[in-house]
Amino acid sequence: MIPSDLRYTKEHEWIRVAGDEATVGITQHAADQLGDIVFVELPEPGHRLEQFATFGVVESVKAVSDLFAPVSGEVLEGNAGLNAMPEVVNSDPYGAGWMLRMRLSDPGEVEQLLDAAAYEALTAEG
Amino acid sequence: MVYGPHTPDDRSRMLAALGIASVDELFEVIPPAVRARPMDLPPGLTELELMARLRTLAGHNRVDLASFLGAGVYRHHLPPVVDQVLLRGEFYTAYTPYQPEISQGTLQTIYEYQSLLAELTGLDVVSASHYDGATATAEAALMTCRATRRERVLVSRGIHPQARRTLETYFGGGDLEFDEVPLVTEGPDAGTTDLAALGRLLADPARPVAGVLAAQPNVLGLLEPMAEISRLTHAAGALFVAAVEPISLAVLAPPAAYGADIAAGEGQPLGIPPQYGGPYLGILACRDSLVRQIPGRLIGMTSDEEGRRAYVMTMRAREQDIRREKAASNICTNQALCALAAAVYVAALGPGGLRDVAATGASRAAELAAALEEAGAPRLHPGAYLNEFAVRVPDAVAVHRRLLRRGILAGIPLAELEPGDPSLVDGLLVCATECTTPEEIELFAWALRDELGARPGVPVAASAEGVR
Amino acid sequence: MSVTGPKLQPTLFELSGSGRAAGRRIPAPPADALDRLPAAARRVIPAALPEVDEASLVRHYVNLSQLNWGVDTGFYPLGSCTMKYNPKVNEWAARLNGFAALHPLAPDETAQGTLELLWELERDLAAISGMDAVTLQPAAGAHGELTGILVVRAYHRARGDLERTEVLVPDSAHGTNPATASMAGFRTVNIPSAPDGGIDLDAFRAALGPRTAAIMITNPSTLGLFERRIVELIELVHAAGALAYMDGANLNAILGRFRPGDAGFDVMHFNVHKTFSTPHGGGGPGAGPVGVRAPLIPFLPAPRVLREPDGTFRLEREGERPASIGRVRGHVGSVGILVRAWAYIRAHGADGLREVSDDAVLAANYLRGRLAADGAYEVPYPGPCAHEFIASGAGLKRATGVRTLDVAKRLIDKGYHPPTIYFPHTVDEAMLIEPTETERLETLDAFADALLEIAREARDTPELVTSAPHSAPVRRLDEATAARQPNLRWRPASIAPGADA
Repeated sequence: MIPSDLRYTKEHEWIRVAGDEATVGITQHAADQLGDIVFVELPEPGHRLEQFATFGVVESVKAVSDLFAPVSGEVLEGNAGLNAMPEVVNSDPYGAGWMLRMRLSDPGEVEQLLDAAAYEALTAEG
Repeated sequence: MVYGPHTPDDRSRMLAALGIASVDELFEVIPPAVRARPMDLPPGLTELELMARLRTLAGHNRVDLASFLGAGVYRHHLPPVVDQVLLRGEFYTAYTPYQPEISQGTLQTIYEYQSLLAELTGLDVVSASHYDGATATAEAALMTCRATRRERVLVSRGIHPQARRTLETYFGGGDLEFDEVPLVTEGPDAGTTDLAALGRLLADPARPVAGVLAAQPNVLGLLEPMAEISRLTHAAGALFVAAVEPISLAVLAPPAAYGADIAAGEGQPLGIPPQYGGPYLGILACRDSLVRQIPGRLIGMTSDEEGRRAYVMTMRAREQDIRREKAASNICTNQALCALAAAVYVAALGPGGLRDVAATGASRAAELAAALEEAGAPRLHPGAYLNEFAVRVPDAVAVHRRLLRRGILAGIPLAELEPGDPSLVDGLLVCATECTTPEEIELFAWALRDELGARPGVPVAASAEGVR
Repeated sequence: MSVTGPKLQPTLFELSGSGRAAGRRIPAPPADALDRLPAAARRVIPAALPEVDEASLVRHYVNLSQLNWGVDTGFYPLGSCTMKYNPKVNEWAARLNGFAALHPLAPDETAQGTLELLWELERDLAAISGMDAVTLQPAAGAHGELTGILVVRAYHRARGDLERTEVLVPDSAHGTNPATASMAGFRTVNIPSAPDGGIDLDAFRAALGPRTAAIMITNPSTLGLFERRIVELIELVHAAGALAYMDGANLNAILGRFRPGDAGFDVMHFNVHKTFSTPHGGGGPGAGPVGVRAPLIPFLPAPRVLREPDGTFRLEREGERPASIGRVRGHVGSVGILVRAWAYIRAHGADGLREVSDDAVLAANYLRGRLAADGAYEVPYPGPCAHEFIASGAGLKRATGVRTLDVAKRLIDKGYHPPTIYFPHTVDEAMLIEPTETERLETLDAFADALLEIAREARDTPELVTSAPHSAPVRRLDEATAARQPNLRWRPASIAPGADA
């Protein structure tokens, strides 16, 4: 089930916007493709994000994937819980498996992202 | 065919199954313009002829000399049990353990190697090995740049010149730079890293330092103030890389004790014969917090689905086949069989045996130093050494050659080890190990005395007669 | 967790017992041997190394070896690895005391035997490849790649061309190729494969330009196919002012049939542990000599092995060839490995080597034909393959849910080492199968039978396949925990998290 209140990138990141702040993670589809996730490399608070540029890396046992920022802004906090339990990205990617919280510099960018229906269509063809 | 089983009948049957008349048809895809010209090679030899030729070639090497040559590669007693283990076909004809269920032999032996080196270095993360000490040192330097995101490294001239040259080649790949830290030229600390110079090099705010590299013992055999170098390095926000000799770790303070972040070294002394340069064993170890930066394979312990303890290559997503252009290093292999040799060697000696090897080398070296001083070749530097040191010999290159003709490999002239360093022209770097006999020491000292004419007031001819 | 099952061994540390003499290997040193060392430099806490008697040590390693699978155990069809038989005379050769005891810094006059062997090996590899000169210094194939690409870089810099910042790499390439490019400071540009498995020429032309330093091509490719457009490709590369690098991993397919130097390749590396039978050792050591055409000779690593007019041999002196890229490792080469390669080549001669490739290619095509005839696995790319071929379990997965990974694990139960799987990445559910020339016809047939039997099992009793292996010393491993909570060294209370003690 793809949460309907989120927006998505073509690279399988999701974003939950609340005012001028947002939470970012990767989708169940991405986590399933990667397999058992073993490590997530996230930027430090204060790091500037640029829409669609890479901001980190997610590693599974047999694969590695770049993480792309859905929108531009500044990192407020990375999910430190993922250091000890990266597997929570597989089990709860939209909840406890969140990756970072950020402040948006241009909320208008959100409109460029896919909504749930569009993302569902994207992954259906995949 | 030389080593294969196919008979003409086998080939006919395979061709028939493929519906072709000759194997040439399978090569038709090669454009005619680039089909091979005949290879100019000598005709194939039978096994008898091959072995005869190899014996002849091996016989042209002089390995019968009384050798005092070290400089990073050392002659040690090799317990035969090491080679017996290496000769097991299940070990040496196996591939990389990508299928862990049928590779537990390889995997566990490498895990044990990692564990043994972790004990020796005091650092918890040991890679499954790099190519050799020089490349491990170069990769250690690159690690400091990745970990600190700085671009400059300081390398003591106490680091072996061949490691420094390799680092220079590796650094040529990008925007990274390195500066050499000079050695003290005079006084009680002569021949060791110049701490004042190090401090000045660390102090440039425009060019922050990622890592500092120093060796223990250093290339001149001298013991370095590693704790002090470590302190200066960390105060500048850089990482400290210790280049170490593994046998010495049985008796010298290990890298972890003086705060090194990374250790690199040549593992050849651990059960691997000199072989004119390789294959050797690159030791690379680091603190836990740097584990994601270390290049190469890592073997980890885990369990199988039925709860059995098992071993597996782990943290693979760091490596080149997965990270591709983003991998820290392109290394695809490890020196697995050499790591096995090292593990068997350390286990065969045990902690007491390894300490005895180091201590015996130290003891013989002290005897050697005394004998050479009496022969007219005193030590070049006053500082403490373990089993290797430099002695002052005028016209060292010529003396070395003349001693060679007497059957003595008198170490290596410093002028050859470090060309272009005028302060090292009149010196020989010599070492002793548990394999060095008192008779060899006496022979070396006698011959050197003869060459130098060094017995005060005694003409050369008379002294040669008098000793023998 | 438990150490159960036949032959599974506790670690050396668990075998250790205080006072279990490791043997009186050397006489005891004087008690005061270390007194002259400053206290600050001495080790305070001894290393907790294991104390094991020799008999227990030998049993430990013999039993561990029996948990392993080597070429000496059975068929090992790992694509792109060339798991051919490792001749035992080579093991004898490398252990000759004259070779083994020689110090790398010994004067040239004492090393004439080894220097002559190295010099001959360089010429042999040049003759085999059509290159003009060879360096034996690199310690592995990947190390050879780095060396070769650094030579390329030095070549362009010497021409004053600093704009060439890119290396073109086919998407089917081994991961070392792009990793090598990065290490040498280049940006990798990936070129897609065409439907027939070769390089997409249009994409290639589009990517080629004044920023291209080199293209790295594996030929035959990792799909087991000879690049039929090779002449055109190399001409385009040279017209653009770039160099052509050949990854020689698949040389076993073309000995005596194709010489890269003749075809215009400027630089290549060899994997002696593949083509030239030196043993894989459980992951190494190998060696990766590099061959170059004449214009690149000045840049080769130093020191080179030289032959004097009087027939003696010596190493280049430091500074003798200033254009060299310098050292890529501590010494002149992994000589112990190179002795084995020399012996292999001398045992074969030109005819023998050509026969090696003939038999390797014939065996691969035969095995491919057995699988293609059945249809249980897709065998893409019609037409002859080289010394290896791709089969795909994609159809099997769609029909039964059984993946190539499961097929591989089930092959273990059938008594075979699995082939290379999931490489190259360009083929779904790939198996890359390379029989080599040293396997009997009966073995090839039995292996084909086993693969086809597994396909039937996948349809009829898939759980048997997906839960394989059943007969290996250990079953499928928890690799996720191994990566999340790495246990990389023994500690006295060492147990895998989550398992029983």
